[in-house]
Amino acid sequence: MNQPANSAIIMRSVNKWYGQFHVLRDINLDVKKGERIVICGPSGSGKSTMIRCINRLEEHQQGDIIVDGIPLTTNLKNIDDVRREVGMVFQHFNLFPHLTVLENCTLAPIWVRKEPKAKAEETAMKYLKRVKIPEQALKYPGQLSGGQQQRVAIARALCMNPKIMLFDEPTSALDPEMIKEVLDVMVDLAEGGMTMLCVTHEMAFARQVANRVIFMDQGQIVEENEPNEFFSKPKSPRTKMFLEQILH
Amino acid sequence: MTAQSPGELRQPPSREAGPFAWFYSPRVRGWLTQLAVFLLLAWGLYAIIFNTQANLKKLNQNFGFDFLTQAAGFDLSTSLIAYSSNATNARALVVGLLNTILIAVLGIIFATVIGFIVGIMRLSRNKVVAGAATLYVEVVRNIPLLLQIFIWYALVLKPLPGVKGAINLFDMIFISNRGVTMPHPLFEEGAWLAPVFLFGALVATWFFRRWARKKQEQTGKSTPVWLTSIPIILLSPVLGLALAGWPLTFDYPSLAGFNFKGGMTIVPEMLALLLALSIYTATYIAETVRAGILAVSHGQSEAAAALGLSRGKALRLVVIPQAMRVIIPPLASQYLNLTKNSSLAIAVGYPDFMYLGGTVNNQTGKAIEVVFILMVVYLGLSLLTAAFMNWFNSRMKLVER
Repeated sequence: MNQPANSAIIMRSVNKWYGQFHVLRDINLDVKKGERIVICGPSGSGKSTMIRCINRLEEHQQGDIIVDGIPLTTNLKNIDDVRREVGMVFQHFNLFPHLTVLENCTLAPIWVRKEPKAKAEETAMKYLKRVKIPEQALKYPGQLSGGQQQRVAIARALCMNPKIMLFDEPTSALDPEMIKEVLDVMVDLAEGGMTMLCVTHEMAFARQVANRVIFMDQGQIVEENEPNEFFSKPKSPRTKMFLEQILH
Repeated sequence: MTAQSPGELRQPPSREAGPFAWFYSPRVRGWLTQLAVFLLLAWGLYAIIFNTQANLKKLNQNFGFDFLTQAAGFDLSTSLIAYSSNATNARALVVGLLNTILIAVLGIIFATVIGFIVGIMRLSRNKVVAGAATLYVEVVRNIPLLLQIFIWYALVLKPLPGVKGAINLFDMIFISNRGVTMPHPLFEEGAWLAPVFLFGALVATWFFRRWARKKQEQTGKSTPVWLTSIPIILLSPVLGLALAGWPLTFDYPSLAGFNFKGGMTIVPEMLALLLALSIYTATYIAETVRAGILAVSHGQSEAAAALGLSRGKALRLVVIPQAMRVIIPPLASQYLNLTKNSSLAIAVGYPDFMYLGGTVNNQTGKAIEVVFILMVVYLGLSLLTAAFMNWFNSRMKLVER
């Protein structure tokens, strides 16, 4: 398959089933390097499943996914290579509770990238400063607030120097007053030129940073457009209905 | 909690005032409960001592530990320390205690190793591996331990060939229905160099490991510490002996009449007990390990995978350390169970502490004293194990806010 040099992710006719249930139907998606994409849609529409296929936390059964030039097949080496290049932030943070914030950030660089500990710690402190919590480095995740934990999770992913960042509803488990601190970090990241795919219902964030908004329903990409068009002139009636529900 | 209730809230008047107000104070209630329990205990203790004294008087016996210094007068099949029928009863009990500790320590090590392997196997994605582990756990833990000891003893070890037809490994190790007989090392003058060299090798390994860890921290490169140090540790005593002019001879077993002469023998009673205890307790440990790993949320292994850690590294660095805090408390009870279950040694006649307690009791008639010693020693062993496991547990605890 031909891949333009500036493409980060290519998905072609991707299909996936959970038993009889068809979760992803014929997904076609091209993400260019540096592009920021927001994915929204009702729950159960397959948004999370789609981005989890990109780093193979879920296995697709039909079609091709090529990430940073590496085709995702059953080849374990390719899967490892892709996961090194793709960082992920989860809804429930999934920090390692038995390690300090700093150790959370240095674990993968030390064991996967074989970096010296001192260098890994230096990188970790750099990113902890970027997410504005360097002073918490020696605390354990259980001692931090939700917003702080999610910022650590972002720093942990950045420590692997990923080319692509995936966000799976990063603010959905947070108290309202903590959402902004996490979104600020994500905006900062977007302005730095990171390729980002973000499943979220934060429409203000979508307007501010997204190049494209994708609306999914029942396992299909129903509509995709640049944010202004998407919000002001939705084409499909299903999108119109969804937007009316969430933008009161 | 009357004292702590906020001032603005008024308590129901019936509890605040009246002659029985003190009855609702948690402090008073606490004291009353403790007093009641204490009185009950004191009465129980008094009843036991008073009854025992009265009964001993009726039987014309006196309470005392003089029998410990008298000659035991019976022989034993196996002992870790020098023992003959002229030795004291106390020495006989020590032989039993050492045998019990030997069985318990070896059993705990084997059961833990088997248990962790089987527990992880049960979670394998490979259906054959997981199925084999499930079959093992479900079969072995549902057969009574006593029966398993008999099965190992009567169906596996006793049907082995007799001394004359023993399975001969290189004319050195003989496996027969008398047990496993092997050469007995005899150390002569100068042999002390061997343990000195071994100790030196262990110290060197410790420094080597520290150096390797530092190197990994600085350069990221890992050094195969165990691959290089294990041969060094194993070879160091040999080197020590060679330098001392080889002051080591072996007493080789040889067939003489109806038994082996020389060498040393691991008796089938001990093998049966050790096999049964380890294999049986391992099933419970396997279930504990499996439950512990399953208790770690799936998001943890997903986060590890998303960071590029392999499944093995994710298990070792992320999942198991978290599973340990769930595993350790029930693991401690399994260790205690194994230690206490080792008293089933009596079924195959392995001279453990319980067995020798029974024998000494038969010989001297000092039932109360012997039972007292048995209880105190088993309690002591259990408390030691529990204390160690509590210390280990507190080290593995998670830090919360």
